[in-house]
Amino acid sequence: MNILAVFARRKIALFGLAVIGVMLAFAIFAPLIATMDPQEMNPVDKLTPPNGIYLFGTDNFGRDIFSRVVYGARASLLGSTGVILFSMTLGVLTGVVAGYFRRVEPWLMRLVDVLMAFPPLLLALVLVSILGRGMINVIVAVGATYLTRTTRIVYGLTLKVREEAYVEAAVSSGTRVRDIILRHLLPNMMSPIIVQATFTFAFSLLDMAALDFLGLGIPPSIPSWGNMLSEGRMYITRAPWLLTFPGMCIVLTVLAFNLAGDVLRDRLDPHFRSRIEGV
Amino acid sequence: MIAYICRRFLSMIPSLFLASVIVFSFIHFIPGDPAQVMLGDQATPERVQQLRESMGLDRPLYVQYAKWIGGVLRGDMGQSIFFHKPVLDVIADRAETSLLIAVFSMILIIVVGVPIGILSAVRCNSRLDQLFSGASMFFASIPTFWLGLNLMLLFAVTLKWLPTSGFPSIVESGDWSNLRYLVLPCITLAAPNSALIIRLTRSSMLDVARADYVKTAWAKGLSEGSVTMRHIFRNSLISVVSALGFTFVALLAGTVVTETVFSLPGVGRLVVESLLRRDYPTIQGVILIVAFVYMLVNLLVDLSFAILDPRIRYS
Repeated sequence: MNILAVFARRKIALFGLAVIGVMLAFAIFAPLIATMDPQEMNPVDKLTPPNGIYLFGTDNFGRDIFSRVVYGARASLLGSTGVILFSMTLGVLTGVVAGYFRRVEPWLMRLVDVLMAFPPLLLALVLVSILGRGMINVIVAVGATYLTRTTRIVYGLTLKVREEAYVEAAVSSGTRVRDIILRHLLPNMMSPIIVQATFTFAFSLLDMAALDFLGLGIPPSIPSWGNMLSEGRMYITRAPWLLTFPGMCIVLTVLAFNLAGDVLRDRLDPHFRSRIEGV
Repeated sequence: MIAYICRRFLSMIPSLFLASVIVFSFIHFIPGDPAQVMLGDQATPERVQQLRESMGLDRPLYVQYAKWIGGVLRGDMGQSIFFHKPVLDVIADRAETSLLIAVFSMILIIVVGVPIGILSAVRCNSRLDQLFSGASMFFASIPTFWLGLNLMLLFAVTLKWLPTSGFPSIVESGDWSNLRYLVLPCITLAAPNSALIIRLTRSSMLDVARADYVKTAWAKGLSEGSVTMRHIFRNSLISVVSALGFTFVALLAGTVVTETVFSLPGVGRLVVESLLRRDYPTIQGVILIVAFVYMLVNLLVDLSFAILDPRIRYS
């Protein structure tokens, strides 16, 4: 059964896919979907509750919340995509190196273990404070915290796969190390890496929103869901809609990626698959 | 067992050394002159030079590290740039709030997360299991600050059942009723973590439930309660305890967001304030302590395995 069929069979997973589709559409087609300029201020209409003109209401500057939520998807999803690319690329590389080359393993893995002793959010906060605010710096800071987890997972997988007979056969037939890694190791580790990437996407979205909320994330001039919540908390009693809509977008997106991750794990991990299908 | 404890304790030393080097180097990754960055653009050159000399920033790196780590080992983590007090005193002033939040949240997580996880596993694929699984997935996807703000809006602002923010010290006032200030922060912090523990307890119990000795226990005609608690739950405890250990450290870090939402005078808020004020000696102190606690919890979790699982024997 292919992955799409598995998604189609599980209604809740289909819901997750639909949410991801909507959020991606928001991010890609933001100028077409947004009803107004997200930065346009209308002081006369400030803190207007949701109505026919302002679907999600307005903020304290009279900016349209719906348009900002739509554009916010762009910043938030772009940030998490950046975290995935950064942490997965470097994490897979260091994990494979540590698992395959025994000489560097003790040093590299000891360093990874020590880095894992720092709670991710704290580490990300310190890194942002050192690097400065900005989309790239936030991606690097949050990505660095997930890098160690990816390294650990890929290291474990490499240790397992390198003992397989086909890898030993490739080694004994004189295949180059680069080819062994690219043709034999990596293709056989892709399933758990994809699952890990899905969960990393979800959790990095939460971390980036937390950084925005604490005032140490993406600059406030860029509309992101976390920034909108950070600004909206001042008006929690007067205009609760400032919190409702960006907050719901974060919850729905994280939930959707967690659901997708669960389905992918069920399908791609033989251990889970056997439990589901009774194999 | 005592030899194992000593060995594990000694193995922490290289990790602690490496952690201290990383924490020490934070300050040197700052682009430009760290003393200038910490004091800001308005600082006079004399003040910058004074700080540079007092922190030893004008000396070679290894001398700086030796001075700093020597101080740390004697309980001196340097002076806070903002509070003009020893870092350890600044942290100690804020420790009460964070420790109370972490401990009460942990109790909440164990009391709520573990039993629901067990129930979910026992009633696997039932409507109850689906309800708990859905709810735990939902709570694991909620940003803590958003949950905190919504709880504040409902229970503090609208219903007025609980205070909105702040926390008067119990140690100073002796008034235990001040704990009501921590109800919402603890629920905020516990909810997503309970969700993760529910999922983990459920999945590790389902893993153990397929083992041969569990099938034998059923075949012997043992009661459901006995099989569940004595055979399945006890053997799945290793993963659960391991996750609870990591959760405790995650709670310490989670206080950063929760204490900011509820304006609580804790170590988490101290981190944010210090980062915004570029008070790096304070940040270094907090992070080093958190890393030490993480390693200590890790050690305790490892040691607990020997008690929980009779198959594990340490000589």
